[in-house]
Order: sequence, then structure tokens, then C-alpha cells
Amino acid sequence: MQTFFVILILAFGFLITFQIAKASEYVSVLRGEEKARKQTNRINAFLLLAFLIVGLIGVYYCNERLKGKILGEAASLQGEKIDTMLYITLAITGIVFFITQILLFWFSFKYQESDNRKAYYYPHNNKLEIIWTVIPAIALTALVGFGIYYWFKITGDAPKDAMEVEVTGSQFKWEFRYPGRDGVFGKKYYKNIKPENNNPLGQLWDDPYNHDDVITTELHLVVNKPVRLIIGSKDVVHDVGLTQFRMKMDAVPGTPTTMWFTPKFTTKQMAEKSGDPDFVYELSCDQMCGKGHFSMRGVVIVETQEEFDRWVISQKPQYAIAHQEQAPQKTTQPADTTNKATAVVAEIKK
Amino acid sequence: MSNEINPHGQPEIVTRHDIHHDEHHVHHHKETFITKYIFSQDHKTIGKQFLITGIAWAIIGGLFSVLFRLQLGFPGQTFPILETFFGRYARGGQIQPEFYYALITMHGTVLVFFVLTAGLSGTFANLLIPLQCGARDMASPFLNMLSYWFFFLASVVMVSSLFVSTGPASGGWTMYPPLSALGAANDGSKLGTDLWLVAMALFVVSSLLGGLNYISTILNMRTKGMSMTRLPLTIWALFFTAILGVLSFPVLLSGFILLLFDRNLGTSFYLSDIFISQTGQALPNEGGSAILYQHLFWFLGHPEVYIIILPSMGMVSEVLAVNSRKPIFGYMAMVGSLFAITILAFLVWAHHMFVTGLNPFLGSIFVLLTLLIAVPSAIKVFNWLTTLWRGNIRFTPATLFSIGFVSLFISGGLTGVFLGNSTIDIHLHDTKFIVAHFHIVMGVASFFGMFAGVYHWFPKMFGRYLNNTLGFIHFWVTMIGAYMIFWPMHYEGLAGVPRRYLDLSGWHNFNKFVELNKMITVVSIIVFAVQLLFIFNFFYSIFKGRKVRHQNPWGANTLEWTTPIRPGHGNWTGEIPEVHRWAYDYGKDGREFIPQTEPIGKGEGHH
Repeated sequence: MQTFFVILILAFGFLITFQIAKASEYVSVLRGEEKARKQTNRINAFLLLAFLIVGLIGVYYCNERLKGKILGEAASLQGEKIDTMLYITLAITGIVFFITQILLFWFSFKYQESDNRKAYYYPHNNKLEIIWTVIPAIALTALVGFGIYYWFKITGDAPKDAMEVEVTGSQFKWEFRYPGRDGVFGKKYYKNIKPENNNPLGQLWDDPYNHDDVITTELHLVVNKPVRLIIGSKDVVHDVGLTQFRMKMDAVPGTPTTMWFTPKFTTKQMAEKSGDPDFVYELSCDQMCGKGHFSMRGVVIVETQEEFDRWVISQKPQYAIAHQEQAPQKTTQPADTTNKATAVVAEIKK
Repeated sequence: MSNEINPHGQPEIVTRHDIHHDEHHVHHHKETFITKYIFSQDHKTIGKQFLITGIAWAIIGGLFSVLFRLQLGFPGQTFPILETFFGRYARGGQIQPEFYYALITMHGTVLVFFVLTAGLSGTFANLLIPLQCGARDMASPFLNMLSYWFFFLASVVMVSSLFVSTGPASGGWTMYPPLSALGAANDGSKLGTDLWLVAMALFVVSSLLGGLNYISTILNMRTKGMSMTRLPLTIWALFFTAILGVLSFPVLLSGFILLLFDRNLGTSFYLSDIFISQTGQALPNEGGSAILYQHLFWFLGHPEVYIIILPSMGMVSEVLAVNSRKPIFGYMAMVGSLFAITILAFLVWAHHMFVTGLNPFLGSIFVLLTLLIAVPSAIKVFNWLTTLWRGNIRFTPATLFSIGFVSLFISGGLTGVFLGNSTIDIHLHDTKFIVAHFHIVMGVASFFGMFAGVYHWFPKMFGRYLNNTLGFIHFWVTMIGAYMIFWPMHYEGLAGVPRRYLDLSGWHNFNKFVELNKMITVVSIIVFAVQLLFIFNFFYSIFKGRKVRHQNPWGANTLEWTTPIRPGHGNWTGEIPEVHRWAYDYGKDGREFIPQTEPIGKGEGHH
């Protein structure tokens, strides 16, 4: 019933607007079209100027209302560079924005039709045109220069001491694999994926490097320690989006990608900084991946080295979980398996 | 009639063409309703067919955006009426995720391709190219008719995909595989996507038939004296648009065909290493590259945005010059910048792929080429500003929409400088920032160009005027609304809110724009309602609008205003007029305007 009324009111509004519009057409014919046209011309010219002024106030108001909700301090060293680049671009484009918009609406108002003015025949001026080709070219060269400089810094090789974590997206969740004590990821093959057998990533169990690999549902990182993410996907294209770190990289099935960054603040520090005790780093899927795309959320925890070490030790290697389920009598002590695996690795290394 | 086999120079071709058509005119064969209005080969009628089909699509595409904005603005709230209309897609009066993704996919597809490509280029290239070049019709009126009917067929297939039981395609308008290739991963990727691909293939055929026609008409069928440098900027823009389409649509088609193969024939162009958790099944496909599709898609996808905006740029240039009663400033620079944009359009596609794992060195090349586009764009903006400067501006609805276009093009163009820079793109990629950016610069701005064109050439199309008061209401509400919708959306993007999220309530860091999203939804409903008002004005005025009584109502120089008020098939009743000057002699030597057909006077200044 309510919807019906809304539609009725809308239809009524349409009708009234239309009648007024039609009437105004008749009136203008009666009053002399030329006179009526000049009057609407003045009204529209005034409205253009008013739009400029109100619009600029609106831009200011919008900024006041929303500036507290965006960005915040970047939580990674790379993010700082991205923010710097963002502010450089904002400054340059901001200047251009205000100058051109003001000129556009001011000219429209100032040069509205008037009986006393004749339009000025001004087809071209090479000097002017060269000036406004060269100036944008210089400004853009600067932007390209800064941009590429930072781009190579960010996308260059990760430092040697970076920790590595493998991130795998699938509809609609994230899984993280840590290489364990040996620091090497075991081999995997997608046809081995059997979540029901506790092998969600398709690890090859006869590869000893796999025996200490840990799979988790939260991404734990160490503050001030560079981390290199090796990103993949099981099914469709996903994207690892880390807003607070300003990082993003697609997860493509069949084509692993990488990105690295250095977290600057632990989750706790960030909570203090932002004055939000519940603060949490979130990992969002930024590439359309199906009906659960909007809910494909991961949690990132940045902590100190000690906290991290304590956490990682408490995690059970996937090898142990898989084999415990299959043959619980064999591996009653998961820690043993880890030690065995490490021993195997040590032997291979010899 | 074939121009290609004529070995002689161009004026002769035109003359022969004339004679042929004049004969044709004398023995005018009887036109039935079907040949006149349905299977018409008259370029003007075909243009109107494109426009009206485009309007129908715009209502559908716009309505879809209102529906998903309801979900975005009021997540969790129920709208029982939605269940009445959409059944299980809106169970309990709430838009279901599958439905939401189908809506955004179809919104994008419909508006980018069916409205702003076919509806815009199709309408104005058909209407204006013969009229402004001085030709009786297109180079091949029959292919031109086929172009429309292929578009119609594409529309029928696309509409039918809305009604299949698994729903229409819902993988986003870019249709990235593997999501779009795997029915098991996504309901919309079942029959809906096959229909989507077939519809798009038909659409590409339509677009190629049209484009080839536009190019050959502009190159071969200009009237005597109409050298390329005397063409109005509308024609230059439509010319470059057609070239872009002809060179890039085939690449898109190849991408779609490979996707159809992957879907139905078991090939592995795009598929590799896939395990689908819903079915617990690993697919046999290995060795394909999902990124290959993105290259093929964006090789059209990027030129596509220029296919959308160039016709608007052309029409805005024309409308601004006519209504400020001044020549367009820097005609050659305008043509040159259109040319530069056309060339660069082919060289920047990978800026959509900075975060796909693209080689960073390659990325840096694309940054350079992308930001280069800002230079010709800046030239255009400064030239439009200088065209207004010291003019004597008449604010018709068309002028207002043109000024609005320039304003939006500046705002949206500048945010492109952020996104084109790969460093910043890492943060802003696939957030609401990019949504705001391309809606302003490509969506709304192109619509403004299209509106300017409709208001300006409506008298030529139908011999009647649109109602001005409704035109002014339409402009002001749309202009204010467009900024209110998309300006604050940039802030959401800066905060990292990803695009294509239908509900932010599960997110700690994104769920802080509740009020803003409500406001945007309410404004978008108002703006949509005002578009309906425009459409009403359009159809009402076709039949009941104020009649045009003057052959040249805007006091314009170009050739279309030398035809009768309601031109028949063949456009000019007598000979096609000869052209003696460029299209922009406004305010010259104390005269308000000098039509292109007027010979250069003795001692007249050269432009």
C-alpha cells in the first residue's frame, strides 16, 4: 500500500511538472519568444555561477565530513610511499581542478548572451596552445617520474631476510601456508586437493619439505619484518587487498603472483593510534569472484617476533593433521611427526 | 554507385553520386510502412531506431542501478515489492547476492555497450555523418540497415538471458574467466553467460558493419568542397570512434570466442589448475592463462571508453561553438588531440592490469603512455574554455549539457591521473574510487554529450522542439545529482572500500559509510526519475512538441541545417550544396554566422 502511494505521488509530481512546463511554453509564445528566451538565459547563467559557488562549498563540506574516515596512517613502509605519491598527485590535480572549474563556470556566467556584446572571433592562437600543451606535459612528466620511481621500489625484489607466506584464495575464503622450520614450502599439485582428507592445498605428502608446513586461517606477520606473499587461487581470480598496508595483488589460478611489504605497526599499536580498541587489519577480496565476493574476508595480525614465534609453534603442521585423521594410532604425538620431518629434511640437506 | 572502382578524383565521385540520386528522387518509389519505419535504409531513420532502442536499454540499465543501490543504501531492509516482481531473486524482499551480481553485470554491459556505444555512436554517426558531410545516405545503406538489425538481434538475445532459470550472466561486465567459464562456480556462468557471449558477438558484428560504413562514408562521400579540414568536429570525432571500433572489436570477439570454446568444447585457453570446492572436483584443464583473457578484453575495453567519449566530445565542441556564437578555438589542435587520443587508446590497455602480476617494467611503460593521454585531454579542455571566453552564450539545454560535460570531464579526467599511476593504483584498484572515476568521466559525461546531441538535433530528427522547461529541470537535477552521487564515492574508495560489495556490515574498516550510502541511493533514485521525465518529454515532443518553423533554428553553419525542416530520404531536394569554408565562421567580420555553403567573399579575412 505504501509503495502504491509513493508511485501515485511520483506520477502526480510528474504530471504537475509536465503541466507547468507546457504552460511555460505557451506563456513564452504569448509574451514573445525572444523576450522569454532572454529571461531564461539570465536565469541559467546565474544558476551556473550559483552551482560553482555552492559546489565548491559542497566540496569543502564533503571533505570535512569524510576526511576522518579515509586513509589513516599507512601501516607499511611501502604504503607511506603510496600515500606520498597520492598527496603529490592530489596537490597538482587539485590546483588544475579549481582553476579550470572556476574558469568554466565564470566564463559561462560572464559571457552570457547580451545585446551589447558581440562574440569575439578568435579561431586560434598557436602560442597559447603551445603553452597549454607544454605545461601539462611537464606536470605529467614529474608525476610519471615520481610514480615509476616508487613503483620500482615497491615492486622490486624483496629483501633476502623477508619471511614468506603462501596465500591461497578460493570461493570464499583465504588460507595461509607457512613453510615451517625448514623455511621451504613443500610441493603441491592442484589435483591432490582433498579437503575431506585434510589436504586443502594439494600438498604432496612424499615431499619432506611439506611435513612441517603449517596451514592457518589467519595471516600472522611480524612487525618491521619484510614479508613476501606468494599468492595463488584454487578456482577463480581473487585479489589480496590489504587496505591499511596499501597493498593489493591478484590471486590467479595457475599463475602464482607475489608481493612484499614491511608492516610498521602491530595490531595493538594500530588500535592505539586509531583510537579504536577493536581495530583489526582486514584482508579483502578485491576481484569479483562470485556470490560470496563481498564476504571473502581474512584477518591479519601483526605482532612482535616473540608473539609470532609463540603462535607459530602452537600450530600443528598440516601433514600431522592429515595423517592423524587417517591413522590416529600411528601419530598420537604430532610434535614427533614434526621432528621426524625435520630430521628427513636435515638428511636431504646433507 | 560503387565509389571504390571510380579511378577519378573525389569531386567527380560526388557529382556522379548526385546525379544518380537526383534521378532516384524523381522516380520516387512508393514506401510502405515497413520500408519506411522498420527495414528502412534511410540513415536518419536508422539513427532514430538506434536512439529509441538505446533509450529502452537505458531505462533497463538505469533501473538495475536503482535496484542495486537500494541494497547498497539500505542493506538488511526489506522491500516486499521486489519479491512481487523478482520472486526468488528477492526472497523476503531482499536482493539476493546472485541477483545483485547479475544486476551490476547487466547494468555495466547494457550501459557501456548497448546505450553508450550503440545508442550514442549508432544514433549520431547515422544521423550526422551524411547530413554534415553532404551525402544523400551512407556508403552502403543496406549494410547500415543490417548494422541496426544485428544490434536488435543482440538485444533480443541479451534480454532473453534475463529470463533463464539460472539467471543472467553475473561475472561482472568484464566477464573475467575462470569465474565466467565455470558454471559450477557461479550460477550466472551457466546458460546466462553463453547467451551473454552470443549477444555480444552479434553486437560486435553490428558495430563493425556500422563502423566500416561510417569510415567509408566520411572518406568517400563528402560533398564538393568539403575537404577533411572543413569537416565539423562531430564528424572527426565519429570518424576516429569508428576507426577505434573497427580495429579493436575483432580482438574482443576473439577473446569471447575462446571463452565460448573453454566453456563448451573443453579447451584450456584461460583455464589452469582449478579445483572447484562446491563440487569437490579438480578440472583436467592445465596450461591456460586467465590473464590472456584480460589482455584480449582490455585491448578493446580501453579503446571502448574512448569509443564512448569521443562522439560526446565532438558534439560538445559543435554545440559550444554554435551557442557561444564563436568559432571553436584551435580547430586543428582539437583534431590533433582527437588523433592523439585515438593512437594512445590502443597503447594503454594494461593499466587495467597493474595488480594482476604484470611484469613491473611493462607496468611502468603503461604508466607513461597512460598519463600521456592527459596532454591531449588537457588541450581539449583549455580549448573548450577559450571557446566560451568572450562568447555571447545562449543557454539552450544542449549548451548546458555541454558545459556540464566539460565540468564532469575535468573532474573525472583528473582522478584518472591518480589511477593511471601504477603506484597509486595499487591502493585504489578495484575500489569505489575507480567506480566514481569512470562513472563521472565515461558514464555521466558521455551521457551529457548524448543529451546535448539529442536536445540540439531533435529539431532535425523530428521537426519539433523538445520542451525547454523540462530540459532545464532535466539538466539541473542530473548535474547536481551526478556530483552528489559520485563525488563522495571517491572517499569510500580512498578508505579502501572494494567495488562490487553488496553489504559492508561484516567489515570492521569499511562499515563506516552507512549514512553516505543512504544519501547516494536516495539521490540516484531522484536522478533516475528525472531521466524518465526526459524520456517522457522525448516521446511527447515527437508528436506534440512545438513545431520547427525555421530551417536553421540555432543559426548554425553546418550542412544539416540547409536541408528541408523534415528532410526525406536523400536529404536535399535539389542538388547537394557545395561547401566553401570551414564550419566555424561565427562572429566573423561582424556577421553572426556564415554558413559553410556561402562562398568566400572578396577581401574576407582568412581564418
